[in-house]
Amino acid sequence: MPQQPAGPVAASPDDPVVEAEALARQFGARRAVDGVSFVLRAGECLALFGPNGAGKTTLLRLLAGLLAPSSGHCRVAGLGIRDGKLARAHVGLVSHASMLYGALSARENVEFAAKLYGMPDPAGAARDALRSMRVLDRAEAPVRSLSRGLQQRVSIARAIVHSPHVLLCDEPYTGLDELGSAALTEALAERRDSGAALLLVTHNLGEGLALATQAAIMRRGSFVRHENRSGVDAGTYAMEYRELVTLDA
Amino acid sequence: MQSTPPGLFRASWLVARKDLAIEFRTRTAFFSTLVFALLGLTIFFFAWDPTTVAAIDLAPGVLWAIFAFSGLLGLQRSFGVEQADRAMDALLAAPLDREAVYLGKAVANLLFVGGVQLVTIPALALFYNVPLAGIALPLAGVALLAAIGLVAVGTLFSSMAVNTRLAELLLPMLSLPFFLPIVVSASMTTARLLAGRPAAEAWPWLRILLAFDLVFGVACTLLFPFTVEE
Amino acid sequence: MTTSGSSSARVTTASAPSQGVDWLLVSGFLAVAAFYVRAIFYTPIEAVQGPAQKILYVHATSAFVALYLAFGLLGIASALYLWLKDEKLDLVAESAAEVGLVFTSVVLVTGPLWGKPIWGAWWTWDARLTLTLFLWFLIVGYLVLRGAVEDRGMRARYSAVLGLLSIVLVPFIHLSVYLFRTMHPMPIVLKPSSPSMSPEMQWTFFPAFGAMALLFVGLLRARYRLGLLRDAVAATERER
Repeated sequence: MPQQPAGPVAASPDDPVVEAEALARQFGARRAVDGVSFVLRAGECLALFGPNGAGKTTLLRLLAGLLAPSSGHCRVAGLGIRDGKLARAHVGLVSHASMLYGALSARENVEFAAKLYGMPDPAGAARDALRSMRVLDRAEAPVRSLSRGLQQRVSIARAIVHSPHVLLCDEPYTGLDELGSAALTEALAERRDSGAALLLVTHNLGEGLALATQAAIMRRGSFVRHENRSGVDAGTYAMEYRELVTLDA
Repeated sequence: MQSTPPGLFRASWLVARKDLAIEFRTRTAFFSTLVFALLGLTIFFFAWDPTTVAAIDLAPGVLWAIFAFSGLLGLQRSFGVEQADRAMDALLAAPLDREAVYLGKAVANLLFVGGVQLVTIPALALFYNVPLAGIALPLAGVALLAAIGLVAVGTLFSSMAVNTRLAELLLPMLSLPFFLPIVVSASMTTARLLAGRPAAEAWPWLRILLAFDLVFGVACTLLFPFTVEE
Repeated sequence: MTTSGSSSARVTTASAPSQGVDWLLVSGFLAVAAFYVRAIFYTPIEAVQGPAQKILYVHATSAFVALYLAFGLLGIASALYLWLKDEKLDLVAESAAEVGLVFTSVVLVTGPLWGKPIWGAWWTWDARLTLTLFLWFLIVGYLVLRGAVEDRGMRARYSAVLGLLSIVLVPFIHLSVYLFRTMHPMPIVLKPSSPSMSPEMQWTFFPAFGAMALLFVGLLRARYRLGLLRDAVAATERER
């Protein structure tokens, strides 16, 4: 079987990096994600908003290959995310939970991830990632001893250590102070400008729209709005979003 | 930067080494399990009348019963580490085979259980005054086979039990019926070794142990992905 | 019990079965009752064991149903679920386990009842009785696991893995306890050379297996339908 290197993906910059096609997932009778389709190219960022229980986290887990879709499919860098482990090499994931080992130091956690992704120089990659999230000075401290915000930064460093072509972020700003937020925005912008596709799930419209090239609102498992960022006025968008969300309440 | 995801064995080893690093950092689980095993040895000793039952008759059964129960303690912690901050998601999102997660965890558990045995077996020789030194090599072989079987099944059940409402209670309940063939075969083999019987007498039991390791080693490796794939 | 005459007033969902007399279950009970009447009144008393031998008509047939039908079905449905991911197979496995628990319990109760006069002890660590005891432990563990998992898909996957492994375990337990010791009467029925049972006894024994199997199928179907109804109720409650 020919090994596909996890290096450069898109043959041309116009090739989609993430393709979701009628993605759906049911839990019993409940449709958590119900027919979501979108395309992200290199350097694009989709900001995804929606009330609790809209299916944002489920969508992210589908895109990361953690969940099997009930129907539809998802391709990352041209590879089906459920077709084998190689497609997962292109994805980085930040979720609510830190996904770190409390007993290990920040450096060990990030280095472990770098090794899992087969980085040629795991120690160097880990150092770079921790530096970009401005936690290098706390690298040797056990993660358990770090504050929630610092843990979140280490968690993001873990997710970007292999320079993924797709970065999926579920509420990444939660728990971050100003310095942390700035570091995160900078790191995300840097990933986006170097050709990664981002998907940013957040409650905060301002933070989401700041980086976005596309914006979407999810409600009851589907995108109820989805447009280019350029056509969005932040003020009216916020009002319309609030209206859509209160429909559920 | 070019990067190639690690193969099955390299990935398993990475997972195992990570688990051992965590274990070495905390050490509490290992020492508690060890103390539990030693306590078990003493309690069992005082639960029998030494004038009617000779220690040498008692020793094999005590050793392997305690092995099963202390093994459970070690297995309990195996997937707790992954569950605490949902580190399991990061493992599953990384480009490694699901089987590698299982095998890595199993190898770490095997070393954990082996470490406990390494202290418990000499302690048995000391406390029960049985001449284990003469059969050290074959006994080590039996211990390895028993540990492989226990860990093969226990690792899989630990991954399931940790996600249920009855975590601590469920693991022994699910595992112990599966440990029966291991405990019986290991005890019977040890008893025959201790009695200085010819190896042929222990062979039917060893055969069960070998078959158990083979069958459940393969079956649990193949079934593990089903427990984590949603 | 009501017959499904005026069904207009009844509310039924598409997937849920309609109510009425469960004829399969009724004939299962009738068949078992019939063979027992025959076993007690129209079959000679065994010379050595005396009347106690009549327990075997229930004991052996229940053991056959528990091990081969219930446990076999549990394993097959579990394996098929992992392959096809059909929730109906999960429900079949659940039903097989619950009904199997009943039959296994019957075996465990009737065994000692027969054993006391014949062996002189309520319980013996006889190979087949021990195997049944472990089947019972396995099924109880299986059902406890099902009760301990909230998420439906996870419950189905976990219990299918356990169900499949339990089937793989049975020969190992059998081998271990058999090697340990056996006191059980050897299977004497399937010895074509010299049948040790009188023809009347055989004529009671063989149909008895069929009757027990019929009862098993009836109970299984009833339990399966109950599961469908429960799911339908849960679905409507979630809609609300």
